[in-house]
Amino acid sequence: MPVVELREVSKIYDGGSVGLDRASTRIGRGEFVFLVGPTGCGKSTAIRLLTKELDPSAGDILIAGKKLGDVSPSKVPLLRRNIGTVFQDYKLLPNRTVYDNVAYSLQVIGEPRTDIRRKVPDILRLVGLSTKLHNFPDELSGGEQQRVSIARAFVNHPPLLLADEPTGNLDPETSIGIMQLIYRINRTGTTVVVATHDNEMVDKMRRRVIELREGRIVRDELSGLYRPDESTTEFAVRLRGELGVGPEGHPN
Amino acid sequence: MPFGFFLKEAIRGLSRNSAPALAALLTVMLTALVLGVFIPIVQATTGTANEVRDRVVVNVYVKDGSTEAERTELRTAIERTANVKSVEFISKDEGLATAREKNPAAFEEGAELLGENPLPDTFRVVPDDPGEVAGIIDRLAPKDADGVRVPSLAAIDEVRNKEEDTAKILSATSLVKILTAGLAALLIFASVALVANTTRLSIFARRREVEVMKLVGATNWFIRWPFVIEGVFVGFMGGVLAVLLLTIAKETFIDPLEDRFALLAAPETIDFGLLIGLLLLACIAVSSAGSALTLRRFLRV
Repeated sequence: MPVVELREVSKIYDGGSVGLDRASTRIGRGEFVFLVGPTGCGKSTAIRLLTKELDPSAGDILIAGKKLGDVSPSKVPLLRRNIGTVFQDYKLLPNRTVYDNVAYSLQVIGEPRTDIRRKVPDILRLVGLSTKLHNFPDELSGGEQQRVSIARAFVNHPPLLLADEPTGNLDPETSIGIMQLIYRINRTGTTVVVATHDNEMVDKMRRRVIELREGRIVRDELSGLYRPDESTTEFAVRLRGELGVGPEGHPN
Repeated sequence: MPFGFFLKEAIRGLSRNSAPALAALLTVMLTALVLGVFIPIVQATTGTANEVRDRVVVNVYVKDGSTEAERTELRTAIERTANVKSVEFISKDEGLATAREKNPAAFEEGAELLGENPLPDTFRVVPDDPGEVAGIIDRLAPKDADGVRVPSLAAIDEVRNKEEDTAKILSATSLVKILTAGLAALLIFASVALVANTTRLSIFARRREVEVMKLVGATNWFIRWPFVIEGVFVGFMGGVLAVLLLTIAKETFIDPLEDRFALLAAPETIDFGLLIGLLLLACIAVSSAGSALTLRRFLRV
């Protein structure tokens, strides 16, 4: 059974703009998937549909075989406890220390205090923040805040981790560290979906790539690149075309 | 989750957002203070108005020479009439004595002129509602086709009330009652709106937090409880402060004057203990309900 399945999912916003357009795909257990495409292509819409922050206009979304349309509002929290989410803007609770931010997602599920005391330092050590337990989010760098948010997302060991532009606000070097962390989480068997337009990262990692354009899935390949495979010559031709430059270097 | 966790969360919320919490607390205190002063005033005013209205009576004059049996019959008949609260018999002699007491000067000189006592025996009828006076008169002495009142019993000479007085008393007191009731309603509405709005502001500042909590899988009540506890705390503290100030004001200003102003000692004024109890309860209820209701909007993520 796939962990995530989209069946002809469309999302049209109230204003009429299209988020997703009849998108269908399946993501299996333990996969690492990049969701790529230009801004406004529907990446974030897809992520938000998976956490039932939005409801689709048409089609079915299944998570672990369960249709999200059948999940009643009171059961949404239970759904979200099984999905770790990481955001571009970290979404940490500003009034809480690093420790309390991570502990909150365990308190939410009613974890006994003794377990919280054990698990939180463990996961913070894993993401490399064991010295910043009692700092507040605004005392941390962007990369550190994103690590906290990853720790929070993963402390329950959810079967699915969603990341919406996790490196969007970070410099390339910090980004690599974050991606490595997400990759390590994937290696523990967690299915990971990362929406990004960080082409370097995608090209380096060579994982499954699903490309969206105006809400449609236009490409889905295993161990793909940010752009479809193309030779250097093809790339040069496309670049010239986009810049409006002729083959001899003269304007058309 | 244990209550202790929510309590800790509430304390954290209050200490981290002390400015809006303080604003909410002061709002609660001020509105409770205003209400605490206004409620007794409204009650004393309507109480006085009601007292005045009780003076509206109907007089049933008994025909001279009617027998004891006829009188008894008349009395039962009046008592059975709709809207009658009580009936009092005033004999000729009693009537004269009262009149003499009211205006001794007139009797000093002219007592002989009157010869015998000209006053009739009278039944004084008190209506259960002053507005029903006309109805009672109609029932005891209905008008005939020409508009002349015909007494319903042989023993009745005439049925009347002091028409002008009655009309004035009724219109003035009902105006006072409507005005104070309107003011009270406005004030209560304004208080609730003000407190709700201040709570809204303090929660609005934290709406992002609520969103994040929902995204990591917190249930609505898990998020709501700390806010409700905060609301209870703010309402309680604001109420206690208001009650303290009210008590001080009462002890120092009102109590020493009580015997000099009838209004302050009006019998129907609410008991002070009951008043502060109600105020405290209302503060807590409005403040915590305000918190819970405001959250609803942000919980729909």
